[in-house]
Amino acid sequence: MTHIKRRTVLAGLGAFAVTPVFAPAIAQKRYDEGASDSEIKIGNIMPYSGNASAYGVIGRTSEAVMKMVNENGGLNGRKINFITYDDGYSPPKAVEMVRKLVEEDKVLLVFNPLGTPSNTAIQRYLNTRKVPQLFVATGASKWGNPRQFPWTMGWQPDYATEAAIYAKHILANNANAKIAVLMQNDDYGKDYFNGFKAGLGAANQKNLVQVSTYEVTDPTVDSQMIQLKNSGADVFFNITTPKFAAQAIKKAAEINWKPIHYLNNVSSSFASVLKPAGIENSQGIIIALYRKDANDPQWANAPDIAAWKAFMAKYMPQGDIRDDGHNYGFSVAHTLLQTLKQAGDNLTRENVMKEAANLKNYEAPLLLPGIKINTSATDFYPIQSVQLARVKGESFELFGNVLSNESV
Amino acid sequence: MEQLIQQIASGLASGAIYALLALALVMIFTATDHLNFAQGEMAMFSTYVCWQLIQLGVPFWPALGLTIVFSFILGLSIERIILRPLHGSPILSIVVVFIGLLAIFHSLAGSIWSHTIKTFPSPFPNVSFAGSGYIGAHQIGMIAVSLIMLFALFAFFRFTPLGLAMRAAAQNPVSARLVGVRVDWMLALGWGLAASIGAVAGAMVAPVVYLEPNMMASILLYGFAGALVGGISSPGGAVFGGFLVGVLENLVAYFGNLTEKAFGIYIVGNGEKLTVALIIVIAILTLKPAGLFGRTTVKRV
Repeated sequence: MTHIKRRTVLAGLGAFAVTPVFAPAIAQKRYDEGASDSEIKIGNIMPYSGNASAYGVIGRTSEAVMKMVNENGGLNGRKINFITYDDGYSPPKAVEMVRKLVEEDKVLLVFNPLGTPSNTAIQRYLNTRKVPQLFVATGASKWGNPRQFPWTMGWQPDYATEAAIYAKHILANNANAKIAVLMQNDDYGKDYFNGFKAGLGAANQKNLVQVSTYEVTDPTVDSQMIQLKNSGADVFFNITTPKFAAQAIKKAAEINWKPIHYLNNVSSSFASVLKPAGIENSQGIIIALYRKDANDPQWANAPDIAAWKAFMAKYMPQGDIRDDGHNYGFSVAHTLLQTLKQAGDNLTRENVMKEAANLKNYEAPLLLPGIKINTSATDFYPIQSVQLARVKGESFELFGNVLSNESV
Repeated sequence: MEQLIQQIASGLASGAIYALLALALVMIFTATDHLNFAQGEMAMFSTYVCWQLIQLGVPFWPALGLTIVFSFILGLSIERIILRPLHGSPILSIVVVFIGLLAIFHSLAGSIWSHTIKTFPSPFPNVSFAGSGYIGAHQIGMIAVSLIMLFALFAFFRFTPLGLAMRAAAQNPVSARLVGVRVDWMLALGWGLAASIGAVAGAMVAPVVYLEPNMMASILLYGFAGALVGGISSPGGAVFGGFLVGVLENLVAYFGNLTEKAFGIYIVGNGEKLTVALIIVIAILTLKPAGLFGRTTVKRV
């Protein structure tokens, strides 16, 4: 009896001895659906058609970045298979396309789906299926909520934080400022506006002398601008998408209204906002930035701008280099590459999510100097810093410190 | 008071935008008895062609002239190639074709010229004059162009044999054919002319709203409202309707804002201005189904 017992014990010990030898090998290569020794499948949805089709270039840019990676030997020896579908900026279609990506194409993760409505529609499905919804292309403040939605993560600074930074800056310069707000009448506009009100604080709500809204279906915002001017405001917070931002800036000049003008980051492009509105009309406008404008002469010698220009010339020769979507796509695609690089050979969905929440001081290309990506198990907001800038000539003049969520 | 005048002036300026597109809608309705949903996108596409010519160094007016010719041929070809096989088909098939054209022109413009908004030059000098605080030079030019187009169109339908033949072909194809009108070609001509008017509308609108593939999408809605309230068969009515809708929506927002300031109650505001304007349009149409200036057609059964 003792004899047998001793042998069992020895066998058991042997097993123990062997385990550590195998364990790293098993941990080294682990895959979920969508990943293998040779390939990583990434799904994406974008509005290539419909009202928001202007943003389609972001998807095309991400696709081209993956092509560049594949031509340079892939990522950790694996080719990236980037599958992107058109959701037409329509939430029902977004759900349909994401189901197709997960159930038919069997992608490892869904990357950078665009738009607050589409992301809201797919969030529950992806979290139930435990598929990462990584670096969504919207600045709504609700994407960094790991307790309720552990499979969803944002990317850019959220609208509410940005608006609060403007509010603090206004009050710091003039506590009695009379503020007029122009705002798009939807979730995006309200997110900014609520953040702005929170930033002003309860005691300063009286500073808001006029709030005018517009609908995306309005052909112009001329009528609203006349209302705002007549309110007697001396500070103007402009919560508008590019076309309307350009119209508002131009109209303000036409009716000779010269308030201190704060413009939301959504419309920070020279090519699609400030130049169409007229450079002379845009001087002095204050914007919070987190990325470099690739066409801004002050960055002409930055290495990441050079890399972006080389990429555009080789992989997107047809692309309009003035379109900011190319900058955005390049930067966000590299954040995904960094995450996958960190995940190494452990390409399970759980580990990808773990590494997405483990980005430390990552300087994605095209971010402003001093702005770094940091995430943790409780912090699902990758970029939380911005710096204020003033339009000066055809360039942004940065001023003050890099401001982050915590410092507000 | 100052603001009231500004709001009315700004309403007239946007009214001119709606009026121009409404005219193109009236044109095609008079010529073919259909409402073309792709009218706005065709106008947008023509505007891009005009923009491209200007980029190539052609001065504004010759570029617009060339664009009008191009648009005429484009409209004519669409009718000849795409719609001709559908003569006599149910109205739904034709509507589907219109919607298809809308999507095609939209995507085509996006893929050729990208979605970044583009500035479009104004042909009118940027001068200041008495009252220029209320309305810009381009806006006045736009109103003038819409009135000139209105008179040209009115004269064409009223005083030329070709205009008469076109009206006949649209309203009673069988009888028109019997008296020797080439009905098929009249329809194609109607398409060509509507596309040309659309090109002018686009070139007038683009300096204000910026050139991009979605430029006409919302304007088309207002254009329809303007055309319907004035009477879809009457060019004068359409222009009046366009101005009416433009001024109405601004006044709704203005008085809504005023009540909110005075009494602290929000009844209507910028968010509801289109809704209220359209309710007024529906009210007018309920009382006068043919529109304010439309001719009531009596049919014997």
